[in-house]
Amino acid sequence: MHELSLADSMVQEIEAIMEKEGAEKVFSVTVKMGRLSGVEKEPFEFAFPIVAEGTKLEKSKLIIEESPVIVKCKDCMTETVLETPFAKCGNCGSRNVDYISGKEFLIKSLEIE
Amino acid sequence: MCEDCGCHEGNEKKYFGHAHSHVHHHPHTHDHESAENESKNDAQTRVLNIEHNILAKNNHIASHNREWLTEKNVLTINLISSPGSGKTTLLQKTLKELKGKLNCSVIVGDQSTDNDAKKLKEHCENVYQIETKSSCHLTAEQVSKVLPEVVDEKTEVLFIENVGNLICPAAFDLGENFKIALLSTTEGEDKPVKYPVIFSDAKVVIMTKTDLIPHLNWDVKKCRNSIRQINPGVFVFELSAASGEGMSDWINYLRRL
Repeated sequence: MHELSLADSMVQEIEAIMEKEGAEKVFSVTVKMGRLSGVEKEPFEFAFPIVAEGTKLEKSKLIIEESPVIVKCKDCMTETVLETPFAKCGNCGSRNVDYISGKEFLIKSLEIE
Repeated sequence: MCEDCGCHEGNEKKYFGHAHSHVHHHPHTHDHESAENESKNDAQTRVLNIEHNILAKNNHIASHNREWLTEKNVLTINLISSPGSGKTTLLQKTLKELKGKLNCSVIVGDQSTDNDAKKLKEHCENVYQIETKSSCHLTAEQVSKVLPEVVDEKTEVLFIENVGNLICPAAFDLGENFKIALLSTTEGEDKPVKYPVIFSDAKVVIMTKTDLIPHLNWDVKKCRNSIRQINPGVFVFELSAASGEGMSDWINYLRRL
């Protein structure tokens, strides 16, 4: 259950940003979570209010945007959204592909005051 | 000096077990309709579009670790697998084989006990056990604190044996050059497909306990295929640390790195 420590890291990162921005409130936090980031949505949603308690993020709304896994074929340059874990080009079937999206785990935006 | 922040904490005299973080963001203010909250009509409310990595602090310390290790010409390998798939036994045999050929150091992470460190110390002087207590993975900060103790002037390769867990350690960069994922023949052949995050990140996959294949209903081809489906270009070693089969290829690979 590393989501708890990840939620804790996020709260610390946001508190640092708030201090820099002179913000007192965070109304919402939008997180971009790749399907291959190694982070699960539900445990993260469970962990966030626990670590946010007693901080300036206590009342913040957590919005999670899950992003798909996308590979780019090095043979035909086609980008494919993967529905399964198999890294394969949807156009030519090549396995000579690079992951270009789906591993990210970011604070996308903050709605602050 | 850190190129991101200009901090001087990465030098040798004062090691960098620090906890600063960096904010790289591009705030802008614009009108918007805020959902269901009190900010709706408040001109002071603004949206920061930051794309800020949640693991920024860990990643920053990891990059300092990498920089420090690179300056010392130390190659660092992060070993990740389920509990019981043979990381410690493989390391024991690897250290024994490399003795006198390649100078190694080891950081080993477990939730509790220094049992693994004791085993590894039979073959290597520089072994440090980190007990993670309630945590399911090693972090860059934990590693940064012990690096000066475990890495000496002679060290050429640093092995980090992560906590036995296929999920959590994959998310935490420790400052290694690359990750190796292990799976044993007593696990399912489709493990790479079931746990794609670590198997897609690893540069090398090691299939362990191959000496048990005659006693198991284990399909090597099926396993190889599972690995290739997730990570087509990965190096795969098939070996048994117990019997020694396949060990020479692995040792030669390490010596050529």
